[in-house]
This record gives sequence, C-alpha cells and structure tokens, in this order.
Amino acid sequence: MGEDRRSFLKLAGLAALCAAGKSSLSRLEGSAETTSVEAPKGVRRAMVVDLVKCLEKDDCTACTEACRRAHNVPSIPDPKHEVKWIWQERFRDVFPDEEAPFAAEALTARPALVFCNHCDNPPCARVCPTQATWKRPDGIVMMDWHRCIGCRYCMAACPYGSRSFNWEDPRPHIKALNRDFPTRTKGVVEKCTFCDELIDKGQPPACVAACKEKAMTFGDLNDPGSEVRRLLRSRFAIRRKPGLGTQPEIYYLV
Amino acid sequence: MHDGGKILTGLAAFLALALFPVWRPAIGRTVPRPEPKIVTAEKKCIEPRETMRASHMALLNSWRDTVVRRGERTYLSRDGKNVTMSLSGTCMRCHPNKAEFCDSCHNDLAVAPYCWDCHIEPKEKT
Repeated sequence: MGEDRRSFLKLAGLAALCAAGKSSLSRLEGSAETTSVEAPKGVRRAMVVDLVKCLEKDDCTACTEACRRAHNVPSIPDPKHEVKWIWQERFRDVFPDEEAPFAAEALTARPALVFCNHCDNPPCARVCPTQATWKRPDGIVMMDWHRCIGCRYCMAACPYGSRSFNWEDPRPHIKALNRDFPTRTKGVVEKCTFCDELIDKGQPPACVAACKEKAMTFGDLNDPGSEVRRLLRSRFAIRRKPGLGTQPEIYYLV
Repeated sequence: MHDGGKILTGLAAFLALALFPVWRPAIGRTVPRPEPKIVTAEKKCIEPRETMRASHMALLNSWRDTVVRRGERTYLSRDGKNVTMSLSGTCMRCHPNKAEFCDSCHNDLAVAPYCWDCHIEPKEKT
C-alpha cells in the first residue's frame, strides 16, 4: 500500500512538472514571435540621419529651431523642466553600446542628433494606460494630447529619453507662437510626432525641410526604391540601443 | 400634533427653498438669454444651423478623434462639401469672435470646455 502511494505521488509530480514546463515553453515561443520583425505591409515611415553631414557647420540648430517654431515647443532654461523634441547629445551617450575606441574623432567627438525613434515595438505605447500614445499603421508613434493624463509611464518606459513632461505652463516660454498648431498644457507629456500634420498633407517633416546640409532623409522603408532604402543600401547605418528589441526606425549613417 | 402648524409651515418653506431651481425659470428669466453674434465669411455653415446649435460639441469631438487618431483630415458634410477638420483653421476662420460666439453661451450655461487651454484662439479685433 505504501509502495503504491509513493509511486502515485511520483507520477503525479512528474505529470505536473510536464504540464508546467509545456505551458512556459509555449509562452517563450509566443514572446519570441512578437519581437520578431513583421513582414512589411503598407507604408513604413523612417528617417535616415547622416552623422557626417550633420553638424558639418558647428553649432547648427536649424532643425531644432524649425521644430520649435512648427510645434510651439517651449524654450525653458531650467534643464529639469525643459521640453525637447529634437536635440543634440554626446555621441557616447547616444550610442552607449558602440565600442569603437580608436574610431575617427571626427565622428565620435561630435554630438549626435536625437529625437523619437518611432520604434516598431514601442515600449511607451505598451505601458500607456489611456492609449494616449500608440503606433499608427504607417509606423509613426503618435500622441493624443487630449488623452494624456500625465502619469509619465511612457517616459519611464522609453529607453531613449525622447519624451518630455510639461512641469509648468509652456505658453510663457514659447518665443514665436505658431497659431496653426496647439500648445500643450501643464501635466502633459510630449515628443516628436514625425510632423504627422505635414506628412498627412504630403509635405516632409519640418526638420528635414529646414536642414541645409540635407543630412536628414525621410521616407518609406517598405518601398525598395525610396531614398531612405537607397541610402541604407549604400552606407553602413547604426541604430540606438538595438539590443533592447525596440526596433528603432531612425538610422544613423556613419 | 401640538406644533402641526409650525412643522407644516417649516416644511413648506424648506421645500420652496430646496426647489428654487425648479420653479425659478417658471416666473421668467431676469438675465436675458445670450444671443451669440455670428460674423461669417461663408454664407452657410458646414451643417444646418439647428444641427450645429444642438450638437457642435459632438461634431468637434468626432473631428478630434478622426484627425488625431485616424489621421484623416477631411470631413464630408451632408450637402457634399469637403471641409478640413480644424478648430482654429476652419471653425474660427468664420467665427473669429470667440468671446461673443463661444463664451457668451458657455458662460451662461456654466460649461467650461478646455479647447483653448492648448488650441490658440484667434486674435480678436477690439
């Protein structure tokens, strides 16, 4: 009788282990599927930034200024409160994974242009409790400022620091008000939207139009004949923190 | 019922006070109903006047969602006209007098839409 109970318990334990193992295995399989790159469908907006051409002129801020004017981005002097859509950062802070100790100083000593990466797998959109930020079918990670409740989950989730929070009323800090575009209010998160209002009218984003060096190229990644695809074929490009699996859609030509 | 008279009088007074908002309009308005001043460049609004009066807020909400969330920017009105869905670009181009057109009714009804916290109101001619 004791023998029987013992073998029964062994068998039951083994069966439970098998069941648990199978479900976790299938779950692993599932997560592997969601992070893989999906087959291209429709239009996929992306940007290619030529790091060599960009900042050829020292202290050029044409794109940043154009963006400020187009979207009523405030200029707040306090770095803890500042609001940024497109700006410059040190190369090693932008590409912390790039180990290139003796690379050309000309490249790594210059700051790099950073803005929202419009990831294919955007962590910000996943955590937003109100769906105020989401991915459009054409790949733009959009924001609906009407819906944002200012919880800042998205800011915690974004590994690139692309999002800013309005800690104060931005209106007094806007130099030249663009009356065709809204401002934001205190308590709302904002970021680059790839100029959805211009793209939907068939125009290029404000930063691309403002760049005199033509260092920024905007286009459809799913069209093999597009300018962005041509550039990516002809030169080597890096992306920010690719190991995180967010699939950023801003490519930096080096 | 020693104090029946007092109780009933008190009750009647209480009811009269509590129901003040109900019977007050029956006597007649002392504050005149606001008449929004309409200054238009176009002859006709995008939808009939009655529709706009009754449900402009629903229209604006649906415009907001269609533009921001679906990226579609053109509205087909009932009489077949294509209109760009924009509060400051379309509505306020015809109705630039926000204080007389929007605020007069909204203040009277004590509603405070937050449109203008972000959207920029047209410059008013004074």
